[in-house]
Amino acid sequence: MQRAEPGGEEQGRGEQPAADEKPAATDLRPPRHRVSRMAIWYWTVRALLGWLVLAGGQLLWWALDPGNAGWHGSWLLVTVLVGGVHLLVMPRWRYAVHRWEATPHAVYTQSGWFSQERRIAPVSRIQTVDSERPPLEQLFGLADVTVTTASARGPLRIHALDADTAQRLVDELTASTSAGRDDAT
Amino acid sequence: MTDLASSPAQQAPEPPGADPGWHRLHPRMLLVHPVQEVLRAFPALLGAFVAGSRSGNGDRWTLLVLAAAVALGVAKWFTTTYRIGGEQVQVRRGLVTRRVTSVPRDRLRTVDVTSHPLHRLLGLARVEVGTGLSDRTDERGLRLDALGAQEAARLRGELLHRAGPAQAEAAPTRPETVPEADPETELARLRPEWVRFAPFTLSGLVTIGVLVGFVSQRLNEAQLDPARFGPLQALAGQLSERPLWVVLFGAVAGLVALATVASVGGYVLAFWGFRLTRHPGGTLHVRRGLLTTRETTLEERRLRGVEVSETLLLRLVRGGRCLAIATGLRVGRGAERGGSLLLPPAPLAEARRVAAAVLGRAAPVDGPLLRHGRGAARRRYTRALAGAAVLLAAVGAGWRWLGLPGWLAAVALAGLPVAWALAADRYRNLGHALVDRTLVIRWGSLVRRRCALDTDGIIGWNLRQSFFQRRAGLATLTATTAAGEQHYAVTDVPAATAVRLADEALPGLLTPFLR
Repeated sequence: MQRAEPGGEEQGRGEQPAADEKPAATDLRPPRHRVSRMAIWYWTVRALLGWLVLAGGQLLWWALDPGNAGWHGSWLLVTVLVGGVHLLVMPRWRYAVHRWEATPHAVYTQSGWFSQERRIAPVSRIQTVDSERPPLEQLFGLADVTVTTASARGPLRIHALDADTAQRLVDELTASTSAGRDDAT
Repeated sequence: MTDLASSPAQQAPEPPGADPGWHRLHPRMLLVHPVQEVLRAFPALLGAFVAGSRSGNGDRWTLLVLAAAVALGVAKWFTTTYRIGGEQVQVRRGLVTRRVTSVPRDRLRTVDVTSHPLHRLLGLARVEVGTGLSDRTDERGLRLDALGAQEAARLRGELLHRAGPAQAEAAPTRPETVPEADPETELARLRPEWVRFAPFTLSGLVTIGVLVGFVSQRLNEAQLDPARFGPLQALAGQLSERPLWVVLFGAVAGLVALATVASVGGYVLAFWGFRLTRHPGGTLHVRRGLLTTRETTLEERRLRGVEVSETLLLRLVRGGRCLAIATGLRVGRGAERGGSLLLPPAPLAEARRVAAAVLGRAAPVDGPLLRHGRGAARRRYTRALAGAAVLLAAVGAGWRWLGLPGWLAAVALAGLPVAWALAADRYRNLGHALVDRTLVIRWGSLVRRRCALDTDGIIGWNLRQSFFQRRAGLATLTATTAAGEQHYAVTDVPAATAVRLADEALPGLLTPFLR
């Protein structure tokens, strides 16, 4: 890190208040590629499992305490309604948001649904590239790719790629990161 | 990681004395090691004494254990040797199991020199060589306990400033001809009057808490009930006759007095003689401590920025501390901040001066910051007031229908103006700037922090928008880094500002993704 040298042409950049400068472009476009279409079903099934656990617990409670049918029934109904809306909305919303892109110089991801996050990391700072296939994702022929940097915060995760794309991405990134020289901190 | 099991190749068959590369610890450790071993063997000694006195020859058993401990201590000196090689630093130790610990010199990040009172009495110092990551355990780093004080200082200089032959050639400007003169420039030195800032840290309260916890645990183990203790009973009896407010006032005053004494004592013990210097070889040195002296070293090439932090109490007296943001150095807890401390609580102007001196430029530390705008302000007020309002509603409902005491509701009502003030302060403190290739961020109220992060140290961006942030057109831009807390966030700026800031801080990275 050459912190001691005065910064050449970059010296003084940003000394003007950013608000005064007329920017060329101030909006990020979303990354180019969507994840696999199967992701919708994968997210649906994954969320469904969670809701089934909750509903199962409620049913068990009802079975153990058979008295208040109205009370138990209405709570179960609430669970079914909220869960149904979640299962309908969340996977499609997520699919609309989740995107990724890798150039020779940077990896760019967008994820989330209610809260959304875009992450960008220069390829020169990438430390590891992992691909992962949890059991549930294998059923749908999907795989995750995780790109980590030297920061404990901010690994870039690309969820639910189809397995071939994931493998190609990993190969591509591994090839371009192995050209790096220092410890990328 | 750096531990190597002792392999035949590394276990030289000849005794260490015959091997010119290997050195022993300082001979005076023959005095220290037995004392340490005897202290460690104290429970065994006690056991031997008790068991022995039952059978009638307690002295003999005690002496036997004592002799064993002393012999172990002496053996430690004879079995520990170290070698500073061209590529590796190695330590061999162990009486039964021989271990060789090796640290490659290019992995070497920190060299800490510590002298406990016993060491200082004998003119010794312990040297710990770390690889930077989490090197506080014996397993990973390498510890020489102990060398002569001068030898330790020389070793530290050798290890850090001649990291490799390539670097020695790359820096021919070093004044080799005048090695006698102190080549270090002093950046800061503790002034005794700074002790006045000690009561405005919470370290005193923490110390008291730890003490109380310790004592109560001991009492529990010994099954003693403090309520049966005579003087305490008398005190409780007297107190119960006084009005409540007198007792409360007395208790608070007593606590404040105790905390003041404890924090001043802690400050003096930890930071007395504090001195921050810069070595031309590219390291920062911190020296401090009243009884136990510590010297820590930080390589400047690992430095990614500095932080000036002020707690609310310190802000009352215009004080602050200065921390380093460096890779391989976790931001620790406690007054010492895990070795990243560059200045203990001191006048704020001094903390800023030190930060600017360490950084090598003043604008990131003193320069003006950009406000985050009305959206950020609204979110501060909404969050603080919503929290206070929910609390008030809950307590109010409890008071109305569940018979909670009325003063609880009054306290909750008082929470509203406090929340308002907190929100106002939190907004006022929010700010960011990009100046001299440094990203500057200020945030917080209870602890106000101003971080100056070198843009070279930024290794990625996270741009986060919650549902409500998207509606308000705001975003939180987080710079990820390998240093310090690993991530530094610019909170609730307009989305366009966030993108522009990221683009300007790391030119080119975002270009292909801009619309």
